[in-house]
Amino acid sequence: MNIFLKSWYVQDILVAVLVLLIALIVLVMHKREYWCAAFRRVFKRKLAQISFGILCIYCLIALFDSVGFNQPLRDQQGNVQFNDTGKIMRDEIGMSLLDYVLTPLRESKEKTYSAPFATHQFTKETIMDADGNSYRDYPALKYPRRHLFGTDKVGNDIMYVAVKGIRTGMIIGGVTTLLVVPFAILFGVVGGYFGGWLDDIIQYIYTVLSSIPSVLLIVAFMIVFEPGLTQLCIIMGITSWTGLCRVLRGETMKLREMEYIQACEAMGISKSRIMFSHITPNLMHIVLITAVLGFSGRVLSEAVLSYIGIGVGADTISWGSMINDARMEMARNPVVWWKLFAAFVFMLGLVLPANLFGDALRDALDPRLRTE
Amino acid sequence: MFGYIIRRGLYGFPILLGVNLLLFLLFFYVNTPDDMAETFLGEKHITQEQIDNWKQEHGYALPRFINTAESFPGMITQTIFWQKSMSLFAFRFGKSDQDNSDIGTEVLRRMPYSLCITVPVFILSLMLNLFVAMIVAFYRATYIDTWVLVLCVIMMSISALFYIIYGQMVFAILLKLVPVSGFDSKAPYFFKFLMLPILMGVISSFGGGVRYYRTIFLEEINKDYIRTARAKGLGEGLVLFKHALKNAMLPILTNVVVMIPFLIMGGLLTENFFGIPGLGSYMIEAISRQDFAVLRSMVFLGAFLYVISLILVDISYTMVDPRIRLG
Repeated sequence: MNIFLKSWYVQDILVAVLVLLIALIVLVMHKREYWCAAFRRVFKRKLAQISFGILCIYCLIALFDSVGFNQPLRDQQGNVQFNDTGKIMRDEIGMSLLDYVLTPLRESKEKTYSAPFATHQFTKETIMDADGNSYRDYPALKYPRRHLFGTDKVGNDIMYVAVKGIRTGMIIGGVTTLLVVPFAILFGVVGGYFGGWLDDIIQYIYTVLSSIPSVLLIVAFMIVFEPGLTQLCIIMGITSWTGLCRVLRGETMKLREMEYIQACEAMGISKSRIMFSHITPNLMHIVLITAVLGFSGRVLSEAVLSYIGIGVGADTISWGSMINDARMEMARNPVVWWKLFAAFVFMLGLVLPANLFGDALRDALDPRLRTE
Repeated sequence: MFGYIIRRGLYGFPILLGVNLLLFLLFFYVNTPDDMAETFLGEKHITQEQIDNWKQEHGYALPRFINTAESFPGMITQTIFWQKSMSLFAFRFGKSDQDNSDIGTEVLRRMPYSLCITVPVFILSLMLNLFVAMIVAFYRATYIDTWVLVLCVIMMSISALFYIIYGQMVFAILLKLVPVSGFDSKAPYFFKFLMLPILMGVISSFGGGVRYYRTIFLEEINKDYIRTARAKGLGEGLVLFKHALKNAMLPILTNVVVMIPFLIMGGLLTENFFGIPGLGSYMIEAISRQDFAVLRSMVFLGAFLYVISLILVDISYTMVDPRIRLG
């Protein structure tokens, strides 16, 4: 089970499904006048436009980081090497498109810490001058003024590490939503529409799950299934579908009593057709709002969980693990602040636009929840 | 009323039973006692005998649900499910897997430390958030409203981790106003250690709280009785702070009472960062030591407090709204 969850292809399949689904949803919405009008209302606000733009950039980076390949091995002259059968020999370690684009950043490694835009290293070293005398000073960097966010303990550029964290954050937010929404719709609509014992069972399941404070439930699951990105997505999905399900169930119960549904029933349309092509489309605005607003919450929780040590695990770059590393650095004197700062900037850069866009969506789609 | 409470308590039982079954599935099927023994013994070449010994010592060497070797009462009671899971209902949490300390006494010992932080945070942030929310509602659709809301969204978008780390850096390391972390139970020193965690707790709950209460107030403000009050010629301040606040109590209470489990469970992050030996750091210790017995007990305790707080919500409704009677 754990081996299955840890394998890379589960993640990649989930990402691919997510991308396809988003494309499909955009395509469907594009044809419906109701959604077009709603989005025109959303994009009337400048703040929503900017937020959407930033979110798109994050999405693109995450996508670039999800497409990988193995680079051909080259000899010293830069010629591609072939093996005996005439095939190109390739590097064993895969590389994503993003890595390829960021090659200058990735390869500009220093020895150890250096501050943002520094010309010299952060720590002193014994240096030999031309005459063979040794003295202690800050050695010059190999790539001065190149590191926007400085370098970390082993000399990696922090900008690069933080950009790599984007994919993890987007997967946590996106894939979890992908897992949550179908379950919430299915259980919420079925429970609300049929009522009776089916509703009782569904209600029982989500009451049990939501009665456990979500942090505790996530901790209990993660300790059993061990840290990892896929596990974290699944577990956050399990803990967060209940809220959406409850809302959808309530709305379905209201819609069930409306005339158009009664008309459907009178015309003898099958129950599944009523539920999924007459009720569900009228719930989609709630789903969309919850998905966007939930997204930012998940990115924030990932940081906390990775910090506690039950998040994405040590082998995945994430903002949470960056914060975790940075904690030791904050205790140094003078303080090594830039790793934490980079994580802060990149997280705020994702969560703030997501929140703002979610608010704009809510105001445009749900007049009842409108804050103004 | 008492009949109602008893009935609600009985409704809570199947929910807790569900929680119990879920935990049992997780900790005894997905992760079997054999796995647990291997984690604890931690050596590469452990024999089955060692595993059996460990299970015997910690009481895991029993069948899971039904003990066929025993006759009727023992058939059910001499099982892991009864001894490890059902005993939680009687608050017999058993012993820690790691150091054999009694979990129940440990929880009671640590609870006051958690409450020292969470109760002041809870009261202060509730008052502050309500107050700011009312002011914002008072100045609705003006620049004050817009800017406070923008501030709230920004504050909501910052992880609590950053508040704590930056707070520690600014107030404890740079300004040296308070100690970085630790706890002292002697009276005057006491506050020194508590100030920063409390402040950070209040700050991190500010954004979400103000926005939530503002929505509640705005909903109230558009109702008929407010128009009546204004028509009578009452000042906007009186309308808001007296009439609207009283009627907004219902949704506020729902939000507030559900916080009770979090008060007692303490903050995982706050306690970890500030070195406060409460229940939050108990959890963190249990996570790092893979102490499943402690985790099981804490999850059950959390769910139990949640069920209790739901009953309290209903009771508190009758106190603030005379129209509601529990039958």
